[in-house]
Amino acid sequence: MIIAEQKPLEEIREMLGDAKKVMVLGCGACVTICFAGGSKEVGILSSQLRIAAKKDGKELEVIEDTIERQCENEFFESVKDKMKEADVVLSIACGVGVQTIAELFPDILVLPGLNTTSFGRPKEPGVFAEYCGGCGDCILDLTGGICPIARCSKSLLNGPCGGSENGMCEVDPKTIQCAWHLIFEKLEKMGRLDQIEKINPPKDWSNSMSGGVRNIVREDLLEVKLES
Amino acid sequence: MKSNSNLEKVFASGQLAVTGELGPPKGTNIKVIEEKAKHLKGMVDAVNLTDNQTAIVRLSSIASAKILLDIGLEPVMQMVCRDRNRLAMQSDLFGAVALGVRNMLCLSGDHQVFGNHPQAKNVYDIDSVQMINMLKTMRDEGKLLSGDEIDGEFKMFIGAAENPFGDPFASRVPRLAKKIAAGVDFIQTQCIYDMERFKKWMEGARARGLHEKCFIMAGVTPLKSAGMANYMNNKVSGISIPEDIIKRMKGVPKEQQAEEGIKIMVEQIDELRKVEGIKGIHLMAIEWEHRVPELVERAGLLPRPKFD
Amino acid sequence: MAERADLMSTVPDPDPLMEKEPVPGFEPLIVTIACHYCSYAAADLAGSMRLQYPHNIRIIRTPCTGKVDVLYILKAFEEGADGVYVAGCEEGGCHFDIGNLYAKQRIYYAKKLIQQVGLEPERVEMFNIAASAGPRFAEVAALMTERVKRLGPSPINIKRI
Repeated sequence: MIIAEQKPLEEIREMLGDAKKVMVLGCGACVTICFAGGSKEVGILSSQLRIAAKKDGKELEVIEDTIERQCENEFFESVKDKMKEADVVLSIACGVGVQTIAELFPDILVLPGLNTTSFGRPKEPGVFAEYCGGCGDCILDLTGGICPIARCSKSLLNGPCGGSENGMCEVDPKTIQCAWHLIFEKLEKMGRLDQIEKINPPKDWSNSMSGGVRNIVREDLLEVKLES
Repeated sequence: MKSNSNLEKVFASGQLAVTGELGPPKGTNIKVIEEKAKHLKGMVDAVNLTDNQTAIVRLSSIASAKILLDIGLEPVMQMVCRDRNRLAMQSDLFGAVALGVRNMLCLSGDHQVFGNHPQAKNVYDIDSVQMINMLKTMRDEGKLLSGDEIDGEFKMFIGAAENPFGDPFASRVPRLAKKIAAGVDFIQTQCIYDMERFKKWMEGARARGLHEKCFIMAGVTPLKSAGMANYMNNKVSGISIPEDIIKRMKGVPKEQQAEEGIKIMVEQIDELRKVEGIKGIHLMAIEWEHRVPELVERAGLLPRPKFD
Repeated sequence: MAERADLMSTVPDPDPLMEKEPVPGFEPLIVTIACHYCSYAAADLAGSMRLQYPHNIRIIRTPCTGKVDVLYILKAFEEGADGVYVAGCEEGGCHFDIGNLYAKQRIYYAKKLIQQVGLEPERVEMFNIAASAGPRFAEVAALMTERVKRLGPSPINIKRI
C-alpha cells in the first residue's frame, strides 16, 4: 500500500488562503489504512479547519466526503457535483488521487493535504514502515525477501556498510533496522549464506524513475470501440 | 605492477606499509593542504585524501590529490558512492589517472544526514563493492562498466575500507572476501581499539586465506583526550572502544591525556604488526597531521623505504 | 478527599496553571466523557452522597473510554465547549482491560490537534476515577472547572463572557 502522512496544518491553511468553501475529500484505500486520509481523518481535519477559522474570525464552510478510491475515474461520480460547488477541493489521498482530480476536473482547484512518502505496510499498530522502492527490477529473490533498495538507507546491493550497529542503521538507530543485518540473519537461518558472498552487479536503474516515466500499456486490456 | 604506485612497491618489497590521512579544507584554501602535507612528507608511503568526509563539503579529493602530487607526496584518492553516479565516477577516474593518481579507496560514504547538506539527494547508483569491480575492469580489461573501450592507459592500485567492528560480526569476513572477489588490492580497516574483536576477525580472514589475497592495513587513530574516546565510543557507529582504554585515558590528568593516547597507539601498533596477515598501518591522525612525524617515529615506523 | 498526588490524570503536578487568577465572571462549559463502568457510576455516587460539584460540566456516558475518538473532542470544541475531559477507570482496572490506556494516548494526540488550531492543550485532560470514588468525581469536576476558568473562554467563543 501507499503510505502518506498529513501535511502540517499551518501549511494546509496557508495553501487554502481565503477560500470560503472547502471540500475535504478522503480516499477509502491505502491512506485510510495508514490513518492519513480516510473518512475519520476527513472529520478531524475538517473540524480543525472550522475551529481555526472561527478562532480567526474567518468565514469558512467545510464540506466532507470520502470516496472508495481517488485513483480511479468512476468513483468520482457520486461527489462530482459537490466538488464543483467548492472553491477548493482539499484531497487527502496520495499524490495519485490529487492528480486524478486535477486531470478529471480541469476547472477545479485541487490541493494536496498529504505528503506521500512510500510503499509499505502497517507493520504493527501505529507503525507504518517502508518496504518497497518501486525500482522496477525486483531482487528479493537474492536478498531473503528483504529489500535493500527501500530498506537500506544507502540502497546498497552488497552490504552491510560499517554503519550497522546492533541490528540498527546509524542514520536513525531508533527506528531504522539495518536491512543487510536482516538479510544476513534471514539467509543464515535458511542455510543460504553462500548467497551473501555473491557479488550483486550494478543495478539496471533504467526500470526505475531514472529511466523516464513508467507507463505500462497492456494491449489486451485496452478499451474496444465499435467503428461506425 | 598494477599501478607502479609507491604504496604498491612498498607492499611488493615485503615491508610494512604506512599510510596517513589528510582532510582537505572546507574551501579553497590550499595552504591547509600544503601545511598538513609538510608534516606527512617522508613519514608515510601514501596519504589518503578524504572525499567530502562525514558528508561535509570540502575541496575535492581529486584536486587535493593533484596538489599533493605536485608537492611530491603520493595520494590515495578516496571516492564515495554517495555523490556520484557511474558516469561521474568513471569520468572523474579518468581525470584522476590522467593527473597521476595511482591509488584509490572505494567507499560507500557516510550518509548525508550526518553532513552539512542533509537535504541533499544521495546517489548510490553503485555501491563500494561494485565500484571496486568497476575499477578492476577499467584497469585489467581497459573497459568501462558499459563495455566500451577506454582510450588510453588506466593504472590503479585499488583499495577499500573494511570495518571489523560493524554488525553483524559474522558478516565481516564474508564481506572482506566479497571485496577481494571484486578485485581489491589493499584494505584499510576502521580504527582499531577493540583488539580482541579485531584479532578474531583476522583469524577468520586467515582461515580462508584472505590475508594472502590482498594487503590488509590496520587502521589506528591516536586518542587526544578522554572526551574524544567517549565521543567516538558513543557517537560514532561502528567504533567501539573497550572500557579499559577509556579508563586509562580518564586515569591521567587532562594535560597528559594526549601523551597517554600516543602511548596507547604505540602499543597498539606494536601489537598489530605482530598479527599475522597485517601488511601495513593506516594512521588516521585526525586534525593532528603536525604530530605525525612524532607518532611514526615513536611507533618505530621510520625510515620509510625509497624506490627509484 | 484524595491527595493531588494520588490523582491519576494527565494534569501536571504541581499545576502551573493554578498560579493564575480565574477570568472574572466566566462560567465555562465543560464536556465530561465518563466511562459507564467507573466514572459515570462515581457521578451517581457523588449525587447520592449529596456532594457539591460545579454545574459547568455536561456528562456524556460511554461504554468505555476506549470508545473515545479524538473527533468527539474536536467536535465538542467546534460546538463551543471551553474544556473537555475524559474520565475512565483506574489504570489496570478497565472493564475491557486497556480501553482507558488507549484513551490516554488519544488525549495526548487531541492536545496536539487543538494546539495546532490555536487552543491551549490544557483544555483537554484525562482522569481516572473508580466507581467507588464519588468524592473524587466531585473533586475532578471542580479541578477542571477551576483550570478552565483560568484559561478563559475558548478562543472561538470569546463572546460568551
